[in-house]
Amino acid sequence: MSIRGRAYIVGAFEHPTRKAPEHSVAQLHAECARGALLDAGLDRRDVDGYFCAGDAPGLGPLSMVDYLGLRVRHVDSTDTGGSSYLVHVAHAAQAIAAGHCNVALVTLAGRPRSEGSAGTQPRNYGAGAPDAAFELPYGIATVNGYGMVAMRHMHEFGTTSEQLAWIKVAASHHAQHNPHAMLRDVVTVEDVVASPLIADPLHRLDCCVVSDGGGAVIVARPEIARSLGRPRVRILGSGEAPKGQDGGRVDLTVSGAAWSGPAAFEEAGVKPADIQYASIYDSFTITVLMQIEDLGFCAKGEGGRFVADGNLISGVGRLPFNTDGGGLCNNHPANRGGMTKIIEAVRQLRGEAHPAVQVPGCTLALAQGTGGQLGSRHGSATLILERE
Amino acid sequence: MTEQPAVREIPEPPVNPENRPYFEACAQGRLLIGRCNDCGQHHFYPRVICPSCFSNRTEWIPSEGTGTIYTYSTMHRGTPVPYTVAYVTLDEGVTMLTNLVDCDPARLAIGQRVRVVFAKTVAGTSVPMFTPA
Repeated sequence: MSIRGRAYIVGAFEHPTRKAPEHSVAQLHAECARGALLDAGLDRRDVDGYFCAGDAPGLGPLSMVDYLGLRVRHVDSTDTGGSSYLVHVAHAAQAIAAGHCNVALVTLAGRPRSEGSAGTQPRNYGAGAPDAAFELPYGIATVNGYGMVAMRHMHEFGTTSEQLAWIKVAASHHAQHNPHAMLRDVVTVEDVVASPLIADPLHRLDCCVVSDGGGAVIVARPEIARSLGRPRVRILGSGEAPKGQDGGRVDLTVSGAAWSGPAAFEEAGVKPADIQYASIYDSFTITVLMQIEDLGFCAKGEGGRFVADGNLISGVGRLPFNTDGGGLCNNHPANRGGMTKIIEAVRQLRGEAHPAVQVPGCTLALAQGTGGQLGSRHGSATLILERE
Repeated sequence: MTEQPAVREIPEPPVNPENRPYFEACAQGRLLIGRCNDCGQHHFYPRVICPSCFSNRTEWIPSEGTGTIYTYSTMHRGTPVPYTVAYVTLDEGVTMLTNLVDCDPARLAIGQRVRVVFAKTVAGTSVPMFTPA
């Protein structure tokens, strides 16, 4: 069953906070839910489906549905890391198409900045993780895992640090217009490559910010979307793909976007060249480059040349990306950037992005998420959205 | 660049009934990988059900402990001691996560030949790492 045109994103809200030591995480979820419902013009009692990832406080949707005072008939707590929220939108559309709910609320929140999280800390998903015994001793964190991906990409394709730096440069050009962005200074390629080396070959400015906050979106069936009097954002296609180490046949230069992307394009009936705006998950500069290649915006190995010279800057290049400043400059709430990728795509399609970065006549957008760790195992999720 | 100090505290792996033979072999200075007696494929990390064909006729086999660097990254910040995480492709064909030790990180290269050495964790468990051959 295709979800093409079966559901719409009718509400979106990004929490303005970037540091919230006086908030509980559940409270941030609730404030995001409230913001998205207000944005949609819907009431909490209209919500009959609820989606959160496995990091939501307590026993996932059971704790959160109770805390939020919802009465729902469908829940989903699929966790594919930072890509979860794109999966949730697709699953919400599937649930709506199957008649399991009419209005689905998706929330994300977290406080990694207040809690002292850093990408240099080794990742530990618990002793029960089947890979834990073979990875914990070696100190694979977030940044050195992505560092290994970048190192291999450079080796195979000649990608350079300067090419990766252009991705941060483009994000910074957009973030200067976002009053909520953590990093609003425009940076140069030289600034990026001169910033401290964190894990070879990634510099500090190749990394995303660590921020508190959250976001929420509302997905609803077409009749409800048409009743709301807001610009309508139709879900055209989706794809999801976990990718791991394949029993030791490790290939770090291809991400799951090579599978989730074609699935989404096929369902949507559009091609990469048709996309006018793209939200691309940007935990690190290399993350963006890998996904741009795997989604088919350029050939594998050509990403370095594709992103250079401002090609990702709105109003300048061929593929305006992350016009809110993205995770690289604006916000990476809960260390999970998928939600903000959806939200900025919705802003672009509604014509509600900042005027300095709004893509004129934007009717077709893509949102792409990568969750977990490109250097070991990750989830990829792609959404294609259309302004009706 | 100076030599990488070998004083990083190595975290303990969570040993369980399925992976215990691997760590028992490490204690004897042997690196084991998985092999499937149905499809003939090697796999890593080792597991009871073959990830290639889902057969349960898997066994542990010794690796020669030699291979090449697939990729690596040295962590310079946020750690009391810089260390190098890497994937090494063993000569048996499987690629495993590890650390590169007893080397100058600035002189490492993808494709470089390496051989296994065993290091002790904080609790005294032996784990395989690699050093330039």
